[in-house]
Amino acid sequence: MDFDLSEEQRMLEQSVGRLIAEHYSFEQRKRYMQEPAGFSRDLWRRYAEMGLLGLPFDERHGGANAGPIETMIVMEAFGRGLALEPYLSTVILSGGLIRLAGSEAQRAELLPRIAGGSLLAAWAHSEAQSRYALSDVACTARRDADGWILDGAKSHVMHGDSADRLIVSARIGGERCDRNGIALFLVDAAAPGVERRGYPTQDGLRAARIGLSGVRVASRDVLGEPGEAAPLIERVADCALAALAAEALGAMAAAHETTVEYLKTRKQFGVAIGSFQALQHRAVDMLVELEQARSMALYAAMMVDEADAVERRKAISAATVQIRRSGRSIGQQAVQLHGGIGMTLEYKIGHYFKRFTAMETLFGDTDHHLAALAEAGGLIASA
Amino acid sequence: MDLRFTPEELAFRDEVRAFFRSALPADIRRKTELGQRLSKEDTVRWQRILNAKGWAVPHWSVEWGGTDWGPVKNYIFREEMQLAPAPDPLSFNVSMVGPVLIAFGSEAQKRHFLPRVANLDYWFCQGFSEPGAGSDLASLRTSARREGDDYVVNGQKIWTSRAHHADWMFCLVRTDPSAKPQAGISYLLIDMKAPGLTVRPISTIDGEHHFNEVFFDEVRVPVANRVGEENKGWTYAKFLLGNERTGIARVGASKFRIQRAKALARTVMVGATPLADTARFREKVAAIEVQLKALEITQMRVVCNARRLAPGVQDPASSVLKLKGTELQQATTEILMEVAGPDALALQPEHLWGSATEAPIGPEWAPMIAPDYFYTRAASIYGGSNEIQRNVIAKRLLGL
Repeated sequence: MDFDLSEEQRMLEQSVGRLIAEHYSFEQRKRYMQEPAGFSRDLWRRYAEMGLLGLPFDERHGGANAGPIETMIVMEAFGRGLALEPYLSTVILSGGLIRLAGSEAQRAELLPRIAGGSLLAAWAHSEAQSRYALSDVACTARRDADGWILDGAKSHVMHGDSADRLIVSARIGGERCDRNGIALFLVDAAAPGVERRGYPTQDGLRAARIGLSGVRVASRDVLGEPGEAAPLIERVADCALAALAAEALGAMAAAHETTVEYLKTRKQFGVAIGSFQALQHRAVDMLVELEQARSMALYAAMMVDEADAVERRKAISAATVQIRRSGRSIGQQAVQLHGGIGMTLEYKIGHYFKRFTAMETLFGDTDHHLAALAEAGGLIASA
Repeated sequence: MDLRFTPEELAFRDEVRAFFRSALPADIRRKTELGQRLSKEDTVRWQRILNAKGWAVPHWSVEWGGTDWGPVKNYIFREEMQLAPAPDPLSFNVSMVGPVLIAFGSEAQKRHFLPRVANLDYWFCQGFSEPGAGSDLASLRTSARREGDDYVVNGQKIWTSRAHHADWMFCLVRTDPSAKPQAGISYLLIDMKAPGLTVRPISTIDGEHHFNEVFFDEVRVPVANRVGEENKGWTYAKFLLGNERTGIARVGASKFRIQRAKALARTVMVGATPLADTARFREKVAAIEVQLKALEITQMRVVCNARRLAPGVQDPASSVLKLKGTELQQATTEILMEVAGPDALALQPEHLWGSATEAPIGPEWAPMIAPDYFYTRAASIYGGSNEIQRNVIAKRLLGL
């Protein structure tokens, strides 16, 4: 058992940390948000140059063949900066689906382009009615002479408005909530019949609602075995949750540091407010939440590639419960301890709070994961 | 980075597990499992079995009977002991007075006391708290004035755990009343049989006798029984606070309670459904398990980091251990209380001691549930209350 980073991992941590420190001040972030895509295309190119966009991919696909710890390092840094770029959508989710289920031809075509920064992709999976049920897919795909025809609607597609390529889930058989019968399709975002409505989200990022009417997809653009996508979907959702755990951790650490700094500098009644015991205890409770969250982000990284899917899902749900609770508590405390300044859009602390809040709704909220963990028997076997 | 145990660590875990399986006397195991109280004889017997194996004080230096296990193996050892479940060796001996003697005691003191401390030939109690000095320990007033080769001690200690079993007390006394509170304190080893020393029991809310008051009336203590320098006792007492904080989380003990709660909940019916199958119970337990897993990893982080930190530097993660550890100990006793429900109600102290001649009212496991819940409230009070911990963390770690 050891918690040491390797030499390469430490270098990655330093370089990403430096990049975020230099390029993600509050003012810079505000500017990126005003770019047409809602994030910085320049930084995206820089991530590509640094090798971040191909991190988990095989070397022959332009990647670094890195594991979950490397992803954790990158996401933690992005969390500190409240980065706006579509790393989760393009690299973790779409890249993950292609990496895990793509044919050799699909991988060879798409992964190097993602790694190089020229292809943005988004996962069009959740639907208006599906909430957090990963197998609730009403979109349909029916056989056509030379491929498939997709119909339906997708909601909350993260960075769906700027993506070049969509990975769309659709049902080829079974009932709406069946695990069987789901397939994944690679769809050009500009294909006829794809209608996108992009919108900003509460946390300053972007998403899209996507309509599909009679969208034609060639047979070679089916991703993985048609009808058998559910285990893959669950696995990639877990990859996303592990990545989000790290992102949340970075944001929690930054929010806590910022708050403690504020307690030392803000004066009332002639003294720094950090000299008041009521506020000290809140700051310590935040630290406890932060350290517990760090432990569970590590746990998620360790378990995300676990071969036993039941154990993996339990571990990821457990980590998610801790992360979400810590994030909510740290976000709310950070605003409270800042007082009025915590309420203004012109200061970063409120933006951390908003990001925690948004993250809670991704791939299952706290109650969803607590119920899933309990249903699966929990983490400790009974005596 | 690898959070799993190495093959060597796993082999060590198996070795420890096998030892506990064969060496732990069945009656002691049963009592620990049921949460029954151990007699003095039980505690002594078990610690001597451990000591015969060379495992009573594994975290001490090899020179004084410890092992070269290092933090990870010590951690594994402690976890396995709590999961066996075996009683802990007496913490006043092995985690408190022993390490202080090793760090600050004279050669003669080490040679005399350490083997006896390890073998529980001497049972130590801790004389720190006083009626006017609880969280504000430095305001203690028990005095020791020098007369020739003796100190003469006068005053009173309170909340002294197991003083009624003890042969010796490590005790903080005021040797310089004119100095600042922290600067005038010395650390003495006091023979509990010394003339002028009286022990009076205090009954606690679990109906038990854990605590005592100890009165000193002109008690003579040889100067040779002072540890370290005169008026430096505060430093030695504080050394303990930074020492062995990882033991305080008691993750293994909380895990064991969860295991039990889940098993017992299968036998308790809510209408036609076992309590264990209700969503509310399962989610409540799962929520504790999540925090316990996080704490377990936090503890392993502290354990692994300890190898790298300079002496006196505290790992921020260690601050979680006492706060979260005690909260979860309390939460797990609460869950057991809820599982037992009305079965916890009958007051049956004879079953706490395993001295009953009649079968208990209700299930065999029920009589211990409420006393455990009541007594575990002390966990967030002793060893520096959780509020004091927060003060200390705010100052030392956050710089507030």
